Amino acid sequence: MTVLDFINRMLGLSAPSASTAKQRLQLVLAHDRSDLNPELLEQMRREILEVVQRYVEIDIAEGDVTLETEDRVTALVANLPIKRARPLQPPLGRRLASAADAVNAGTSSPTPNSPELKPPGEAEAPATDADTRAPMPAWVSANED
Amino acid sequence: MDAVTSAAARIILICSGKGGVGKTTLTANLGIALAKLGERTVVLDADFGLRNLDLLLGLENRIVYTAQEVLAETCRLDQALVKHKQEPNLALLPAGNPRMLEWLTPDDMKKIVAMLAERFDYVLIDCPAGIEDGFKNAAAAAKEAIVITTPEVSAVRDADRVIGLLNTRGVAPVQLVLNRVRPKMMANQEMLAVDDVTDILALPLLGLVLEDEQVIVSTNRGEPLTLNGTASPAARAYQNVARRLRGENVPLIDPSKERQGLRAQLKRMLTKKIF
Repeated sequence: MTVLDFINRMLGLSAPSASTAKQRLQLVLAHDRSDLNPELLEQMRREILEVVQRYVEIDIAEGDVTLETEDRVTALVANLPIKRARPLQPPLGRRLASAADAVNAGTSSPTPNSPELKPPGEAEAPATDADTRAPMPAWVSANED
Repeated sequence: MDAVTSAAARIILICSGKGGVGKTTLTANLGIALAKLGERTVVLDADFGLRNLDLLLGLENRIVYTAQEVLAETCRLDQALVKHKQEPNLALLPAGNPRMLEWLTPDDMKKIVAMLAERFDYVLIDCPAGIEDGFKNAAAAAKEAIVITTPEVSAVRDADRVIGLLNTRGVAPVQLVLNRVRPKMMANQEMLAVDDVTDILALPLLGLVLEDEQVIVSTNRGEPLTLNGTASPAARAYQNVARRLRGENVPLIDPSKERQGLRAQLKRMLTKKIF
């Protein structure tokens, strides 16, 4: 360390470089280990936020999806402050059931009534012809009882 | 060289990812240190494109054959092994030479290492830099590994890549040697701390080698520091790595205490450059 460095450090003009090195390393290694580039991560972040928004109202500006690494284990950490739950959403089992209907009905199923956005009452009455549908799996019917 | 089969030869890959962080220096010094402790040791230079282990050991004029000739059965293994004059427990085997027409394959590597494991206690494989074919060849036969790195972002990043590859290959244990540590810079927080590096790489620390000018002097001469029992910090560090490898419990040095104490001060006075 030179005298100039020392003065700068005392005046708070420059931080010690070791901590910078550590932070930069941790970030770059999290990306290296997961093989995700920043663009992919950003795309994933947007899609995760979209999905979460279907269920709860979240603060997009505060929402944060990052990679964190500890002990060679990289974790995807999503920090999404919830404003409030969406009241009109049917329970998860219902929507899975109607999603399964849409899949079983094949491509002929009209897309406008997307299963996720339907109110609870409509969820059981898909627009497709009931005869063409495959029998429901057991777990779906159990859910509807 | 007697033909007694080793119960379980330790086959250790010495790698770093990045070049120039001290793989070959560690291999040479560790080889000598282990040999001095009575272990029958062979160092295998897997970096045949840019081989340098012979130079660091002072054996560059004595190489006649390489592993390639052994595999082609144009010579016997004991003809290709270059025995160190001062330290007869140590032998060098270059994997090939830079003019080689055909590159060794991972299977060749396994064959040659299996032959070496029959007559040595320790097989140290000096891995080439990078993570491509050279690394894959060198790693093919390794059972355990020493990753060497320096407290710099690029070296640590490359070490991390190598550790990932070693983990997927099932090489274990993988241990860390931190090289070229500068206690003064660490104290000023201008160099990644030892704990930072071990935390990030999540490896047990096998050794801590301080930056030491004597390393350059020793490579100039082709006499590894551990050969003459010099008291330089790096020599001690390499000896300790060898002892820890054999299972001895040798405490790690504390870089922050390395520059204090009356003895250290006196030594600094005596070794201070006067012109």
